Amino acid sequence: MTLASIFLTAILTENFILCKFLGICPFLGVSKKLNTAVGMSTAVIFVMALATAVTYPINKYLLEKNGLEYLQTIVFILVIAALVQFVEIVLKKFIPSLYSALGIYLPLITTNCAVLGVVLLNVDNGYGFASSMVNSVGGGVGFMVAMIMFAGVRERLEGCDIPKALKGLPITLVAAALVSLSFQGFAGVVDGIFGH
Amino acid sequence: MAEKRSLGKEFSKGIIKENPVLRLVLGTCPTLAVSVSVTNSIGMGVAATLVLVCSNVVISLLRKVIPSKIRIPAYIVVIASFVTIVQMLVKAFVPALNDALGVYLPLIVVNCIILGRAEAFAGKNSVPASFLDGLGMGIGFTFALIVMATVREILGAGTFLEGIDSLTKLFGVTGFTGFKIFSQPVAMLTMAPGGFLVFGLVMAAANKLAERQGKPKAELNGCSACPMAASCALVNKDEACENKGSGSVEKEGSAV
Repeated sequence: MTLASIFLTAILTENFILCKFLGICPFLGVSKKLNTAVGMSTAVIFVMALATAVTYPINKYLLEKNGLEYLQTIVFILVIAALVQFVEIVLKKFIPSLYSALGIYLPLITTNCAVLGVVLLNVDNGYGFASSMVNSVGGGVGFMVAMIMFAGVRERLEGCDIPKALKGLPITLVAAALVSLSFQGFAGVVDGIFGH
Repeated sequence: MAEKRSLGKEFSKGIIKENPVLRLVLGTCPTLAVSVSVTNSIGMGVAATLVLVCSNVVISLLRKVIPSKIRIPAYIVVIASFVTIVQMLVKAFVPALNDALGVYLPLIVVNCIILGRAEAFAGKNSVPASFLDGLGMGIGFTFALIVMATVREILGAGTFLEGIDSLTKLFGVTGFTGFKIFSQPVAMLTMAPGGFLVFGLVMAAANKLAERQGKPKAELNGCSACPMAASCALVNKDEACENKGSGSVEKEGSAV
């Protein structure tokens, strides 16, 4: 696969939230307002790219070289947790403007399954460094697209007359089903563009 | 969780009353992803329960040793170790399940139910209570998965318990490979949109039942039940959280 097709696949056909169910907690919890949705997804793109950049060499030159692949899960989650803390401290100290925009979302991201998920998927797919990075950034952008779209849908839901049992979370999930259904329409689009 | 409860209640609360998926709205990612088939759900449920019980017990044993400042990383190390063990066991004994669960098996590490129970319960309670709490919550998780998977598998794939022999052969039972119910299923239900749809409807049904018993309905506790809530500025700022305790969605919406 070319890098462009990996990027588009990660955004459209294999969207992290709507097709792979990774990162549902922030998707449901933080998508209520557009500005928080944008802030959270920017932080996710940032952390996903950084996590991939850091875990790729660790996996390739430390774990695989010594036959320690079974330690991937534990090493990756610790690296991500430490990385997020580190980024938080660095941003707070040196780039306060960026910290005030993204900082509040960072602690949440440690346990976001999309971040650990993208790192593990890169390994499972046997991607090289460039492909891994493109897949991670694409996954993050796809996350953002889904969050922003869904923030719009939820704003419209606010004023609707909904059956009592469905109010709140159930109707949000049903709305997510419809958004996800629309994303199913992208199946085959990327293959169509790049001719597979 | 400060009040004293009997051990039996600690066990039983997780199954229905405080069902982690349908009442506390935790662990939604694996629920949506794995509930395609009942076999996968049982496998995932058992794996997660195993991790939950073991990590609850170990964290409860270590609760006086772990300094509170670094408790979250310490919990993550304990949980990740047990996930690795379970991953290796599944790979060795049920390779078909390992293929079916794929990346969601290692992702048990970031399942909010497990870290949530460690933070909310095991870090503060005795070992037997934590063991029973973990077991009850694990069974509740498995139960919710099976309910969703039953709907999705029967309507979406037209089968029931398909591929169950990969699990039963561990106990020496082979030959039974599930029922074939009908041949033109609604395939959409086994795909991603079906997961959201069935989860929404199952949750609506759970709300209806809870309402009939005079209990408050499940709300999006995405933030307040989240294990990171204490350290999370979002919750403290009360900015993006759907619901903090009692306020309903509509109330918050009109207040904003």
